Amino acid sequence: MSDPSTILPAGTPAPDFKLRVTPDQSVSLADFRGRPLIIAFYPGDFSPVCGDQMSLYNEVLHEFRKHDAELLGVSVDSAWCHAAFAKSRNLHFPLLSDFEPKGEIARRYGAYRAKEGTAARALFVLDGDGVIRWSYLSPVGVNPGADGILNALEALGAHQPAPSGAAR
Amino acid sequence: MSASYVSVLRPDVSDRDHSRGPEDAPVTLVEYGDFQCPHCARAHRVLPHVLRQLDGRVRFVFRHFPITSSHPDAMHAAEASESVAASVGEEGFWRMHDLMYEHQSDGPDSLDDRHLAAYAERAGGDAADVLRDLAAGTYEEYVKEDFMNGVRSGVNGTPTFFINGRRYDGEWAVPEMFAAALEEAAS
Repeated sequence: MSDPSTILPAGTPAPDFKLRVTPDQSVSLADFRGRPLIIAFYPGDFSPVCGDQMSLYNEVLHEFRKHDAELLGVSVDSAWCHAAFAKSRNLHFPLLSDFEPKGEIARRYGAYRAKEGTAARALFVLDGDGVIRWSYLSPVGVNPGADGILNALEALGAHQPAPSGAAR
Repeated sequence: MSASYVSVLRPDVSDRDHSRGPEDAPVTLVEYGDFQCPHCARAHRVLPHVLRQLDGRVRFVFRHFPITSSHPDAMHAAEASESVAASVGEEGFWRMHDLMYEHQSDGPDSLDDRHLAAYAERAGGDAADVLRDLAAGTYEEYVKEDFMNGVRSGVNGTPTFFINGRRYDGEWAVPEMFAAALEEAAS
């Protein structure tokens, strides 16, 4: 059980990671420098409800992208499992596999449930410098929705002028 | 808990919405739903039992929340209900709402355009008008507005309920539990 007080709070530089996004490709935190990044840790692929958290974010992707933000889903499932899940739900954003050592990145973010062996339902919004600007731990049975993320992205936009020369 | 925000319905219920029950009821129950979602169809079967227990003290409002990547017919289903609402009125909307949930699991094509047009006829509308509105996307913006309002209110899947403006994360599939939450709001 991850203690709510342990998830990394706003103001903390986000721990680096390099995780598989497909069976033969990896991404790291540095790949997303220069734009807001949403990291959504979640317990597992194929949760038995429709309109689950990842499907919801998929529907809201266009709103996240209005803020030039990228979204990453992270669970301890394998890259093969992620591929099947993404295909079944038509997901159009990367799912990262915190598979080996299991949950290592979730632990670094304070978002690991050791007893269950899964990531918690934890959200992080990072600015373009890789600093956490908002984080939220949801009760594991409660899908946190997308409103908190959108509020955080708006707050980020209000404090950060658009990078000069960037096409918007 | 690190709840740094509470999910609150916005905007408030207004004339823009579809509602059933007395406008001055002590409880307003808002559902964000998807006509192709099986959980919503289940909620549709549970709700009459719940509302009966509350005996006229609930105003029920339905807003659209189609999860299109999982439910390819959900968007057109929502638009069809709006098309009928526009031509027939509120009664037409609710007839469409009920028909679509009742027939949702008839088969894989039970919410395709052809079936939607047939339900529209049964709801007092005109099949050709509905098909024309679907092709033109006349009510697409309206439905998308509901969806984004839902997102901003903390809707996290379907169905999501709000009781007097606050997201209800409790049990809805057990009528007694759902009714108890509404009773509490009514008192």
